Amino acid sequence: MTAETLEAPAVAAPSGTPPHPAREFWTYFSANRGAVAGLVVIVLVLLCALFAPLIAPHDPDMTNNAVFLKPPFWQEGGSISYPLGTDAIGRDILSRLLYGARLSLVIGIAVVALAIVVGVVLGLIAGYFKGIADIAIMRFMDILMTMPSLLLAIVIVAILGPGLMNAMLAVAIVVLPHYVRITRAAVIAETSKDYVVAAKVSGAQTVRLMFSEILPNCAAPLIVQATLGVSTAILDAAALGFLGLGAQPPTPEWGTMLADAREFVLRAWWVVTFPGLAILITVLAFNLLGDGLRDALDPKLKR
Amino acid sequence: MLRFILTRVSLVIPTFIGITLLAFFLVRLVPGDPIETMAGERGIDPARHAQLVKEYGFDKPLLTQYGVYIERVVQGDLGKSIVTRENVLSEFGQLFPATIELALCAILIALIVGLPAGIIAAVKRNSIFDHGVMGISLTGYSMPIFWWGLLLILLFSVQLGITPVSGRIAVQYFIEPVTGFLTIDSLLAGDIDAFWSALSHLVLPAIVLGTVPLAVIARMTRSAMLEVLGEDYIRTARAKGMAPIRVVALHALRNALIPVVTVIGLQVGTLFTGAILTETIFSWPGVGKWLIEAISRRDYPVLQGGTLLLGMVVMSVNLLVDLLYGLINPRIRHAR
Repeated sequence: MTAETLEAPAVAAPSGTPPHPAREFWTYFSANRGAVAGLVVIVLVLLCALFAPLIAPHDPDMTNNAVFLKPPFWQEGGSISYPLGTDAIGRDILSRLLYGARLSLVIGIAVVALAIVVGVVLGLIAGYFKGIADIAIMRFMDILMTMPSLLLAIVIVAILGPGLMNAMLAVAIVVLPHYVRITRAAVIAETSKDYVVAAKVSGAQTVRLMFSEILPNCAAPLIVQATLGVSTAILDAAALGFLGLGAQPPTPEWGTMLADAREFVLRAWWVVTFPGLAILITVLAFNLLGDGLRDALDPKLKR
Repeated sequence: MLRFILTRVSLVIPTFIGITLLAFFLVRLVPGDPIETMAGERGIDPARHAQLVKEYGFDKPLLTQYGVYIERVVQGDLGKSIVTRENVLSEFGQLFPATIELALCAILIALIVGLPAGIIAAVKRNSIFDHGVMGISLTGYSMPIFWWGLLLILLFSVQLGITPVSGRIAVQYFIEPVTGFLTIDSLLAGDIDAFWSALSHLVLPAIVLGTVPLAVIARMTRSAMLEVLGEDYIRTARAKGMAPIRVVALHALRNALIPVVTVIGLQVGTLFTGAILTETIFSWPGVGKWLIEAISRRDYPVLQGGTLLLGMVVMSVNLLVDLLYGLINPRIRHAR
């Protein structure tokens, strides 16, 4: 869906028959095996998240005193009813990971959505009006960017109090400058172009100019940044969870699961290994997809 | 050049004010009464409460409070820790060398591995080695380093028993601090056993902290090299019959290193972020662990002072990198 909206107005038809923008995009994108693999993994994670109640063998929060720290099924002492083993209070790790996929995807998408909405508005204002608005917004963004990202997130969480919502808000604030800067740069590049002048001459209002003329043509870099941003958001939220500042137990969030598992690292490798593996695979998939999108959407790289 | 330096330095002022504002409001934005928050669950009697309100200046207007705060900061007074009753600045000073030692070793590992890997990947473009390096570095870039640290502990400390799990040095050694870097101080003291102990404590955390910068450096080196290798002057050098190794090492690398140096400078923020996690996992007694502990103890002066100091360190390093960059590359200096 997104691919057509952003490419359609940008391509000036040369002589001959130009390929449909969506098809052109797909040709470039599908040639990148890593990106396709990333997309497949993301779809799989999405399916796991959607159908977690159907696939999960157990209730993610249900404890069972009979099975503390049971190893995965292929190890001695493991059983197939707890395929990836159990944690210190007898909860099924596979079920918790499946429900955790829901949280991680929601975190990633919500954080990016929030950062994009606020970032695009601020970036449009800064790039379109210039002057004092521009200076004020960009200086503030510079200050946000100076702080090490996790430190800033920690400070925000320390102010708001620990918890999943506050952690998401903190991460959204931390990643905000990227979206503001990208939007502003794209807006400044677009504003001087003829189609904007034409729209202005034909009497388009400021808001209309900003949102329905300029914004669609700034979409490509934003889409790439958003995809890469999902992985940053998942990683940072998991880090906050790991430090005890994000989602609180017994929420089956992957980073929080790792924090719980830390003290058992010497006795039970599986409680530590699987949640981290889940984070790594998901984050890697979004990064692969983001790289692929950048290559496919960036006209400068097209040869 | 002077103009470039002055412009760049003047840009630091708003950032400095921003960081102090952040640190200043940190304590005041916490919901509830700050004195009661600091007192914690023990509670506090009204007389002592009134006295503390006066002592901290919470009864004055916000702008006056900020003015007083700035005055103190400039004089180096960042308050006292609620828990240890020690001066925040001197606590930071004691712990900071540990973080720097860790961060320097991490960036060293990242450079030693990342630079050659990126160069070879670019020279042997599309080879198996290239794909391998790119795959591994993307994995490193996506790595949740808190988990990576636990995995390495699992392998090297638990399974193989090679490295210790936590701390900076075995307890039996006491090294008089000179530089604050235990590896160097133990060598200065001539204590080889202590040196090995310090080094074995340092290896795993440094690898963990170096992972993300390594991935970034390898990727950046590769793409910078690829760009430079396509330039005309490289073709000329090759056409003149210059040995391939000379072309790469002498002509291409020099220009390719410029963007890489910038990226290394920009990794400082990443390093401090990573240090918070790495120090927590390995109980490394640095400023990252100190800050996290301050949060759980609600030690707001430490959190406030630590945030300010770390922010200023990152700000200064960024400034330094920018100035150096202007020194190396005249095009930057004369822009605008």
